[in-house]
Amino acid sequence: MSLLQDQISHFVAPSGPAQNPWFSEQQLMRTMVWKRRIAYIDLTTGKIVTNSIPKRVRQLYLGGRGIDMYLLYNHVKPKVDPLSPENILFVGTGLLCGIPALGSGRCDIAAKSPLIGAVGDSNIGGFFGPELRLAGFDHLVISGKAEKPAYLWISDGSIEIRDADHLWGKDTFETQEMIRDDNKDEEVKCLAIGVAGENLVRFANVRSGMKNSAGRTGMGCVMGSKNLKAIAVRGTMDIEFSHPDELLDYCKEMNDMIMSTRWARAQSKWGTLIIYSNTNTTGLIRTRNFQLNRHEEGEDLEPENIDRYTIGMSGCYGCAVHCRHRYVLREGPHAPIFAEGPEYTSLGAFGTMVDCKKMETVLVANHLVNKYGLDTLETGGLIAWAMELYEKGIINEKDTAGLKLEWGNEEAIFDLITQIAHREGFGNLLADGFKNAIAKIGKGSDYYAIQVKGLSNLHSDERPTPSFALGIATSTRGADHLRSRPAIDLYGLPEDLLEEIYGAPVSSDYTSYQGKSRMVWWQELLYAVTDAIGVCKFQTVFCAVHAPNWEEFRRLIQLATGMGFLKAQLMEVGERICTIERMFNLREGFSRKDDALPERYFKEPTPIGFSVVRGKTIDRDRFEKMLDEYYALHGWNENGFPKKETLERLGIDREPSLMV
Amino acid sequence: MQKILFIDPEKCSGCRICESVCSLHHEKVCNPGRARIHIVKWETAGLYVPMVCQQCETPLCETVCPMHAIKRDDKTDAMLIDYDLCVGCKLCVMFCPFGGVNLDSRTGKVAKCDLCGGEPLCVKFCDPQSLQYLNATAINLRKRRAAAEKFSDLMKKLLAIA
Repeated sequence: MSLLQDQISHFVAPSGPAQNPWFSEQQLMRTMVWKRRIAYIDLTTGKIVTNSIPKRVRQLYLGGRGIDMYLLYNHVKPKVDPLSPENILFVGTGLLCGIPALGSGRCDIAAKSPLIGAVGDSNIGGFFGPELRLAGFDHLVISGKAEKPAYLWISDGSIEIRDADHLWGKDTFETQEMIRDDNKDEEVKCLAIGVAGENLVRFANVRSGMKNSAGRTGMGCVMGSKNLKAIAVRGTMDIEFSHPDELLDYCKEMNDMIMSTRWARAQSKWGTLIIYSNTNTTGLIRTRNFQLNRHEEGEDLEPENIDRYTIGMSGCYGCAVHCRHRYVLREGPHAPIFAEGPEYTSLGAFGTMVDCKKMETVLVANHLVNKYGLDTLETGGLIAWAMELYEKGIINEKDTAGLKLEWGNEEAIFDLITQIAHREGFGNLLADGFKNAIAKIGKGSDYYAIQVKGLSNLHSDERPTPSFALGIATSTRGADHLRSRPAIDLYGLPEDLLEEIYGAPVSSDYTSYQGKSRMVWWQELLYAVTDAIGVCKFQTVFCAVHAPNWEEFRRLIQLATGMGFLKAQLMEVGERICTIERMFNLREGFSRKDDALPERYFKEPTPIGFSVVRGKTIDRDRFEKMLDEYYALHGWNENGFPKKETLERLGIDREPSLMV
Repeated sequence: MQKILFIDPEKCSGCRICESVCSLHHEKVCNPGRARIHIVKWETAGLYVPMVCQQCETPLCETVCPMHAIKRDDKTDAMLIDYDLCVGCKLCVMFCPFGGVNLDSRTGKVAKCDLCGGEPLCVKFCDPQSLQYLNATAINLRKRRAAAEKFSDLMKKLLAIA
């Protein structure tokens, strides 16, 4: 941190919190991206410094995940303990945050992950991002550790560190409600952690509103380690755009474009649950941890069945799709519950993976993890793994302190979720994530863990789909579908169309390996830029071919900020973000050996499903070949190290450069 | 025929697109606080209600305005503020029963919905159709049909039991 503050010492504010004069008119250029500031908050000393974001950094990394990754590589020292005050938490709004289209409210939270020890980065929708930008800030760099529980209060250019003693121990909903009450303002938006974050559960998430979570890689745990309970924001400043009238027209065009896809239409009715109908029928859902690839008795988990509980849909900021369910559970032992969700992810985490057959179980578990502030996917993945170990006799009732971890035992699942969040009993062991739990249990338990780099995989079964498998293996934050998943691979699109999109021949058969490395590489660049500009992945080429991508992003950036990019330049930004993440991971000791799949992908063929997906494993040789091709596309050598000329081409050969 | 900005809170998804397009169109910036429309939320109960000027038949804003600066537009029937006459006394803000008149934090002036001259942008952008610009007859019929549907469901149940 001292290094960081040396760099910006000439920007030190006179005394106390940064005040409005920092936004003096002379400094302002035409659009909001040049006005929005970065704040360095040292929780140990209470020192707050704000700075502008140089144009060059914007051009190289745009914002959101891009700038966060640049800051992560620059400011987090190699090999720091993720739970020590030396780890730094970054919060960054996307470049286009605030436009009335494409779910533009997305915000990125990053730090070195306490769960995997590599890049920790998670994206959150909802309303926090735009509010932060309305309050005058685009990026927050939070270092050190508060002496006692604290929360940040950010409002129109000023930042305060406030006492959060009264909030400690409260769940994520209560915390936000209490902050709103304290400040007597209903419009305050928060990022908050629950008891899981306070108890340093390594996959604790950060929550905002009823539904939104920055779930993966344990960013809530990092907040907990800093005694930071919440970040509350209220902003009333203008967000200016360089071409407001044209932008308005183009946003309408974008919303029409996305709503013309059938996916978006289906999602506005059933949310992401709609994916279940397709993948379960085909046989692409891992069930009973990894024993089956279809939930055969899962009729109650079909998306239509949530209609019984739904009272309406809701949307994130600037989103026409509105894929979030608002649901009410009026009967049963856990009623009454009002909550939002669940996503497809929770449907797998507490439905298929643990072999539960009822929608109600998913709804209750979804509410529990949200209340405690746990990553739904990691929690479900770990419970499913423990259940398989229990079945195989690797652990028994003595190890689990009396919990009967039988498939589909919903009460055991609810109990275990509560135990994990409070770090009690058997839950305490799981609360440290796959890496530590495997080390403690031993006895070959690692074979049953469906994880990459220590992060649990989604409940999807990638054995029949090499492109998906390569994606989870190469993702910089561990097994993750949101880094590169080319969902359109499943559509069997004509090959000339695929060639037009990806720029080289790609097989239209989703079980083929041909061209799939290119597909993954292309999608990875697109999603990196999507996260950097802060729009929703569902409104890009994720599940619809004619959804917005490079050309549309280019135009939106131009109309909103005045920055001109060519498609090739935007793709280069994507490459830069992926490569700097890669460099961070290499520095932490990750390399090609970590871009691997769980052994079961190579050994156990898929037992059921459609004939095209039945009996499939990943072919090791062809997988390695795909990996080679993928590295070559990125300009990395065969061990996954970026080549010198790649770094020069991308302008990152002199990192860490500390431009901000 | 008179057209009305019709609000159906049940369909509102709370995305705040209406707020940002309103401020973007009128103020050329995105700032929900300066928009003429606002979605009031009870987040923990899942209730979202868009609030905007209702263009009342007996507008209190017009009655209380000491400068007679608020007048009905012939073309759209919207109540418009004549800024040449407005002195910024904010009486209209105080008396409006809906909070339909907005006090702009930046300029200190009052502002209200002008139906965008007959093509409200919020309606154009509202995909869930929580906001609609309809003529009066259509609204009456729609309301009655929705109520009648509930009736007919009830009738069917009663008949089935009998």
